[in-house]
Amino acid sequence: MQRFVNNPDLVVEDTVSGFVKAHSDIVRLAENPRVVAAKSAPIAGKVGVVTGGGSGHEPAFIGYTGKNMLDAVAVGELFSSPTAKSFHDAIREANGGKGVIVLYGNYAGDNMNVKMATKLAAKDGIEIATVVANDDVCSAPPEEREKRRGVAGEIFMWKIGGAKAATGATLEEVRVTAQKAIDSCRSIGVGLGPCTLPAVGHPNFQIEPGTMEVGIGHHGEPGVRVEPLKTAAEVAKDMCKIVLDDHDLPTGTEVAVLVSGLGATPINELYILNDTIEQEISARGLKIYKTYVGNYFTSLEMVGATLTVMALDPELKELLDVEVRCTTVL
Amino acid sequence: MQTLNNASAGGIVLAMADRIVENRAYLSEIDGKIGDGDHGVNMAKGFGMAAERLKGKDLSLAASLETLGTILMTEIGGSMGPLYGVMFTEFAEKLEGVDAIDAAAYSRMLHAGLEGIQSIGSAKVGDKTLLDTFVPAVEAFDKAAADGKSFGEALDALVAAAEIGRDSTINLVAKIGRASRLGERSLGVLDAGATSCAIILKELSEGARDRLQ
Repeated sequence: MQRFVNNPDLVVEDTVSGFVKAHSDIVRLAENPRVVAAKSAPIAGKVGVVTGGGSGHEPAFIGYTGKNMLDAVAVGELFSSPTAKSFHDAIREANGGKGVIVLYGNYAGDNMNVKMATKLAAKDGIEIATVVANDDVCSAPPEEREKRRGVAGEIFMWKIGGAKAATGATLEEVRVTAQKAIDSCRSIGVGLGPCTLPAVGHPNFQIEPGTMEVGIGHHGEPGVRVEPLKTAAEVAKDMCKIVLDDHDLPTGTEVAVLVSGLGATPINELYILNDTIEQEISARGLKIYKTYVGNYFTSLEMVGATLTVMALDPELKELLDVEVRCTTVL
Repeated sequence: MQTLNNASAGGIVLAMADRIVENRAYLSEIDGKIGDGDHGVNMAKGFGMAAERLKGKDLSLAASLETLGTILMTEIGGSMGPLYGVMFTEFAEKLEGVDAIDAAAYSRMLHAGLEGIQSIGSAKVGDKTLLDTFVPAVEAFDKAAADGKSFGEALDALVAAAEIGRDSTINLVAKIGRASRLGERSLGVLDAGATSCAIILKELSEGARDRLQ
């Protein structure tokens, strides 16, 4: 394992410590060292916006803490949900007296811990709403959309939800808009190489050289199909087909596109993918309003990429354009 | 009638923690086949922290379980933190104030833990989770007790049923949690949670059996 690690069991502590040192102008560490808060949080009279999730996805989740984005983030172990206590403490850090919304991904652990944190926060008298992201197309069929995982579409959900909260909207208004944002997102991941948790020391799944896993999850959950690795153009076409077939958007719909690396894919290859993605989306009669390409939501050193397409309406467009100040360029 | 002295049985939890820590690599390995391979790491971290806190304190079984449950719930996260955290704190609550634990009290403890898990999770028996170990184990204990077996015999029945339940997950398709996205591809592999649950129930119940008075 060729990795920059001290004690493998303290990878998260060391990550957060270094993160906060690098970005002390934007974020601060809460009393609970597993909670990163925006320096500006809490903002009185604003709905607090919170997320949380396992580590190893940097810049997600902590890298989206900041002005007009997330007020506080609960930090879990690598690929493992934060504790209910950390979610609860993040909610407290974000509480500006107008309620707090938790925008998180659909995973068994996160669901349980958020549920428990919500109960704890209710005892504090904090009004809570939640939206669960389920944008990963390959993780369940359309008729079971509620079972789908949340992946990079969460970034759009945070950006839209954060911007909506910044307008002074009520908790319910933020919830409805964040829900609309994630309902407008579809994502797919393709994996070319596995990843290793430092404390485990070896990859927990294999992707044979010359093959790829279509539909791979953010934690290396094996994909729905394994097939020979094709050219970037063919992979990009496949990704677009899976996402857009599921999305079924009317011609002329404006969309935001996010192409994210999974950690170990060179950025230039993401642009190679985007070259075809742009063609494919345009060929379907959709209008690309904005494109993001980069390592936005990674999975340690997995080789691969994800594509997220969000359908826009006037409200989502306006909120997407709201400037944010977090450590990740958006 | 056989009973277990609550005040002097805290060592059971320490032994359980040792066993989980020993199985760190094994639990991660089986988790890695259909999950993300961190089950052993996270379990060992939580149980190891609990052991550190319990060592040399000579606490009762109830107090030791309470410490373990609280640590899992507040420090571990994931799915297993809340699930086992709730289970152990429920166990502790039912044993609190019971000086001599008899089979009936042990059964109440088991049921409270099971209900705690079911109150936060949504799994059912057959979904390839720790419930496939836990539910038949509790049923076997209750049946043995109802059949007039001794507390010790009922504990043996519990352990045997837990292991059969654990092994049953090999032939199950995961319906919940990370492995469920794999559908049929989750067949042929033990569930990591069912495996750790069997370790926990075995240590708890054999520890109890060996201390019966």
